[in-house]
Amino acid sequence: MDINWANVFEWSSLLKCFVTAGIICIIGQILIDKTKLTPARILVIFVTTGAILGGLGIYKYLVDFAGAGATVPLTGFGYNLAKGAIEEVQKSGLIGVFTGGVKAAAGGIAAAVFFGYLASLISKPKMKKQ
Amino acid sequence: MEKLGSQTIKFNTPPTILDCASIVGPKEAQGPLAKYFDQTLDDEFWGEKTWEKAESKIIKETVNTVISKSGISIDKIDCLFAGDLLNQCISSSFGLRELNVPFFGVFGACSTFVESLSLGSICVEGFAENVLCATSSHFCSAEKQFRFPLELGNQRPPTSQWTVTGAGAAIVSKSGTGPFVTHITPGKIVDMGIKDANNMGAAMAPAFADTLISHFQDTGRNPSYYDAIISGDLGHIGKEIAIDIAKSKGYNIKSNYNDCGVLIFDKSTQDTHSGGSGCGCCGSVFSGYFFKQLKDKKIKKILLIATGALMNSTSSQQGETIPGIAHAISIEM
Amino acid sequence: MDPLETKQTYQNYVDKKSPNSPILKNCFNAFWVGGLICTIGQVILNICKERGFDTQISGTIVSIILIGISAFLTGLNLFNKIGKFAGAGSLIPITGFANSIVSPAMEYKSEGYVMGVGGKMFTVAGPVLVFGISASIIVGIIYLIFNTQSITLV
Repeated sequence: MDINWANVFEWSSLLKCFVTAGIICIIGQILIDKTKLTPARILVIFVTTGAILGGLGIYKYLVDFAGAGATVPLTGFGYNLAKGAIEEVQKSGLIGVFTGGVKAAAGGIAAAVFFGYLASLISKPKMKKQ
Repeated sequence: MEKLGSQTIKFNTPPTILDCASIVGPKEAQGPLAKYFDQTLDDEFWGEKTWEKAESKIIKETVNTVISKSGISIDKIDCLFAGDLLNQCISSSFGLRELNVPFFGVFGACSTFVESLSLGSICVEGFAENVLCATSSHFCSAEKQFRFPLELGNQRPPTSQWTVTGAGAAIVSKSGTGPFVTHITPGKIVDMGIKDANNMGAAMAPAFADTLISHFQDTGRNPSYYDAIISGDLGHIGKEIAIDIAKSKGYNIKSNYNDCGVLIFDKSTQDTHSGGSGCGCCGSVFSGYFFKQLKDKKIKKILLIATGALMNSTSSQQGETIPGIAHAISIEM
Repeated sequence: MDPLETKQTYQNYVDKKSPNSPILKNCFNAFWVGGLICTIGQVILNICKERGFDTQISGTIVSIILIGISAFLTGLNLFNKIGKFAGAGSLIPITGFANSIVSPAMEYKSEGYVMGVGGKMFTVAGPVLVFGISASIIVGIIYLIFNTQSITLV
């Protein structure tokens, strides 16, 4: 199958993605600088917000608008978990409550765990020179 | 030995600091005081497998250096006071376990160097001939224990301080040609309610001021008596705060006051934000720089006040405030 | 003025005395680095779609590739430099999640491969999974009860 590169680099979708992601990151940066929250707490805030907005059916519009600009930030991870839970509930009822979320995010979680372990095998932490 | 005023101890036959040694890590070796240290390391592991082992090696080698420099044989050392920042002070106890000298492990966070010098001086005035005092800290092992993994891509706030990789060791002795420990003012724990573990200078500055003022009140001295008043590791922000607090209590220390954490790094090129900290900061800067200044009589009277933040990662996670402490030692040539 | 009069006056005094983070510069860096990372994701996403994968699979492929890149850069001791420069720009995208798993894994290697790497891997990212998964379960339960998403909008 041939790839139509004009579709891949369609500038308006890339621009929307860039700006949306940038704005989400600015919100994160303001939280870091103004609230003294630790990185873990900021990630938790973003993932939970994403899940709630996903559950409310709002985040979907942002994903339709910005594509990866909305799914790649951690809010998108939360949205993905919530979306997975809802879709699985539609398919298989109560059990879907528990299986849907993780199923949808399984690729990301498994990759992070595996690559994390791999990196620790081959690499050693080094002191920040700066 | 006699007590002056509320909390100062005056030595009638002042113990002498026979010799000092210091070893620091690669970042400190790029700092302005690099040439004063006995040894500087090229990498933070120093051939060891872990940072904890590296820190133990640093304190061990620093102690060996000071012993060989002083010419005192090990069996003439009556006891040893040492401490560091790691849980249960493992760097010093592991590093010094083969030394075969009676050992007191002390913890006063970054104030440990002066705390051990004070206890050592008391022993010398009491029963001992020679007492060894040593402290160490390591940037990587401290980050691991108190903050985040090194490879985590986080930003350090401008108030944060950089733990010094290094160690300082001193031998306090009954007889010698100086410099002499004339007074010590052990500090009280002071907590002014600061919770931000990234702003240690602000948490410790009130304790510094409290000990400083107690020392002046007890001894009847004033800031101009000393050629240099040196705090342990308040950093740039803590230093400013300390000057302000002292001024509000009627003591102007601006002209002869400085801080080890400010001196050890070059703020403009080394990106260390508010300056250095850690047991190794005061230890290595005094042992490396100020001791030589005293020996060369470039400075004759120094008041060294090491400051410590008495918290750990559990207490800060539980939202506790940070108690500060500061111990003062007056060293004169 | 005595800054040590009460704890409150001291806190106010310290806040005034402490320098603030250069927030404009940080936000600018976060904006363009975060935007760039997600745009790379979008390009990968578009390629996947051209290849005929559905949206769900494409999204997963994007996540896995970005996580792989982030883990690789962390292993090369480069990610912390990017993170120091970009702040939230590299933290908020999935790359930050990957970095927060890989960095403790590397850090605690010295405590062994089971309890060190395996046990400490989630010290930073664990809460993200706990809260994310719990939130998704709550969303699922609410959906199960009301059988609609829009009801929760009201």
